[in-house]
Amino acid sequence: MIPGPRTLRRAGVLGINGRNGDYVLRFNPRRLYPLVDDKLKTKRLAEEAGIAVPRLYGVIRAVHDVRRLPEIVSRHEDFVIKPATGSGGNGILVVTGRMGDLFRTAGGDLLTLDDLEFHVSNILSGVYSLGGQSDQAMIEYRVRFDPVFEHISYQGVPDLRIIVFLGVPVMAMVRLPTRGSDGKANLHQGAIGAGIDLATGLTGTAVWNDLVITVHPDTGISVTGVEIPGWAELLRLAACCWELTGLGYQGVDLVLDRDLGPLILELNARPGLNIQIANRAGLRHRLDLVERHLRRLRTVERRVAFAREELEELAREAAQSA
Amino acid sequence: MSRRPVVVWAVLLAGIGLGLFFYKVVGLGFPLRPAQREALWDLELRLRFRADGGPVKAALAIPETGGRYAIVDENFISPGYGLTTEDTGTGRRAVWAIRWAGGEQVFYYRAVVQRLAGRSEGRVLPVEPVRVDLQDSQFAAAYALLYEVVQRSADLPTLVAQLVERLHDDSDPNVALLVGPRAGQARRLWVASMLLGLRETPARVVRGVRLEARRRSASLIEWLEVWNGDEWLAFDPTTGQRERREDALALVRGGTDLATVEGGGPETLGVAVRRSEQSSLRAAVTRGTLINPDLIRFSLAGLPIRIQEVYRVLLMIPVGAFLLVLLRGFVGIKTFGTFMPVLIALAFRETELLWGVVLFLIIVSLGLAVRFYLERLKLLMVPRVAAVLIIVVFLMLCLSILSHRLNIDRGLSVALFPMVILTMTIERMSVAWEERGGAEAIEQGVGSLLVAVFAYLVMSNHWVEHWFFIFPELLLVLLAGSLLMGCYTGYRLLEYWRFRDLIEGEG
Repeated sequence: MIPGPRTLRRAGVLGINGRNGDYVLRFNPRRLYPLVDDKLKTKRLAEEAGIAVPRLYGVIRAVHDVRRLPEIVSRHEDFVIKPATGSGGNGILVVTGRMGDLFRTAGGDLLTLDDLEFHVSNILSGVYSLGGQSDQAMIEYRVRFDPVFEHISYQGVPDLRIIVFLGVPVMAMVRLPTRGSDGKANLHQGAIGAGIDLATGLTGTAVWNDLVITVHPDTGISVTGVEIPGWAELLRLAACCWELTGLGYQGVDLVLDRDLGPLILELNARPGLNIQIANRAGLRHRLDLVERHLRRLRTVERRVAFAREELEELAREAAQSA
Repeated sequence: MSRRPVVVWAVLLAGIGLGLFFYKVVGLGFPLRPAQREALWDLELRLRFRADGGPVKAALAIPETGGRYAIVDENFISPGYGLTTEDTGTGRRAVWAIRWAGGEQVFYYRAVVQRLAGRSEGRVLPVEPVRVDLQDSQFAAAYALLYEVVQRSADLPTLVAQLVERLHDDSDPNVALLVGPRAGQARRLWVASMLLGLRETPARVVRGVRLEARRRSASLIEWLEVWNGDEWLAFDPTTGQRERREDALALVRGGTDLATVEGGGPETLGVAVRRSEQSSLRAAVTRGTLINPDLIRFSLAGLPIRIQEVYRVLLMIPVGAFLLVLLRGFVGIKTFGTFMPVLIALAFRETELLWGVVLFLIIVSLGLAVRFYLERLKLLMVPRVAAVLIIVVFLMLCLSILSHRLNIDRGLSVALFPMVILTMTIERMSVAWEERGGAEAIEQGVGSLLVAVFAYLVMSNHWVEHWFFIFPELLLVLLAGSLLMGCYTGYRLLEYWRFRDLIEGEG
């Protein structure tokens, strides 16, 4: 039932202490954290580097700027308002369309302009920010997700999480919102996590609330064996994030837009460990392999190729011989 | 990344800590066991009088450290008076003064008194004999009486015994002349000291309190002390027999009154004495300072009592923190806030465990209910937290009043909970509830409470408290342990559970 320490070590499972002590503390200098904690900074950095991100419509930095909101949103039929330093998908308001003077949200509510302004003021006062410090509100492009996910997600936006170590994508999963997760793509809130085979871009096993599943609990459609479109490009984007931030160990969150293809949503300096459960594989063997082969992994192309062609196979061998 | 510097530091710190510890135990003979329950009393003196409506000055004799007793703690309560304590030749006095006072006045002096085993009576000085100018007739009577008594005695104790006995014989005209009509015990003893003064033998009337097990209103007692050239000997006030007076605490020595009032009266003095069962450690330390001066030099015992009390609690915080490190890093219990459980555990020390947990649960759940309503009002963050804080304090107030009405004394101790910590717990819990769902929030809440209970059990342990107070160098060992835990990258116990499915899939 419950595995012993040797079994876990053989499988290469990374625990919280291991992640923090051996990777986050070693490879993620504290001074680089603001680059990923503040989504505005991440976005600017990515835009400068030519990495695709959802387009920024406007920023509201202070309370007296809130009156600029009508002007910013007037040019766009739909948009997303989010806090720059929010966490866990909180404080994100998705407007999918208009109805006269009213705004229709993803959940189907109709909001007035006053409601939107109140939401922005809340963001500014730090209601959703990490430490409660005052924050900034971003208004940006609303992602229209790729039809591949249409039947395997319930409301919300499915996203992809890729762990990138020293520029090498080492593990990936797709997070599918469910009715229970309230449209949010966080595993601990009830979203589905499905592991992705690095070589093929096909989804494998999936977990939902500690259960191993193969079909979406709300739609009944299989979540296993789904091919993620543009997989090579996704891996390439993720691999670029090392040069972008300098963080050695990071979680890259991406979305697949119907029209624009893969976009980077945000980066995470201490990504969660549930991705191991979704993939039914430990991270540590893969991380060790990256460190061992580091010398020949100088370019983005080589790193992606290494991830796709060798990494998983080598990790399986390492697990067996351990 | 090399772990070597951490390990080196850990070994070094643990080595120094343990080395000092062993040196103190083996070399200096510091006690490893917490001390046994010591003889401690709570003493209360109550002075009551009616002020005339003008300047008032009231003096009250109070005990002092020295001899067989030590004043471990004391405090003075008065209705707005200025207070000074003065050392007179006859003992310590508290003097209260005020420019204007009218009506009923009550003063309290409260002290924790400790008996020190195997000590002789203190305050040697003054050893002057009592000198009084007597009228001729009294002079003659005094010498006649003295002559008679000296004739019938062999040494000082028998002389005093004879003298005291004779002075209680009112049929003797000499005695009647000296002590006067309807003389009380005090007067007779004073005459005895005066007669001994004629022989150039120092003697004094001592007034004090008898320290007995449980006695709500104790009586004041008096006895006679006579200087034999080396030490003061105590004599029973009625029989004149030599006695040890071990259970008596002196308040005033010599002729002075116990209490004097200028600008009011008549004064009444009440005494209450209760055997106290607490603070055996405090007692041990006080005793240690008087018996083994080395203890002062090498321990916290040299600090004032009040500071010691603070450190007694402060030293438990690192212990709790280290426990927290273990429970979080090694076991993997989730808690709200890093050190919140330790502070809750500190509060438990005052409220005791069961009540602590009950009060904590009541306040947090009521606070959460209010907080959920506030969530709906969509308030901004800082005002919202302030609102929760105000509500928490208000809840504490209500609980105290309610439990007082219901005669549940423990309920009053709710006031000892750190309210800011409670507020932040409620705030974090409700945020976790919103963001991660009720199950996760309750899990973390229960985790916090569990760690707090664990920490309380360890932090309130008599042995742990004693060891860290007497051997603060053990903190270095905790420091070493924390450093080592800082580079523990192995699995947490709860992760075996978390990743169980992953392994089944592999198999």
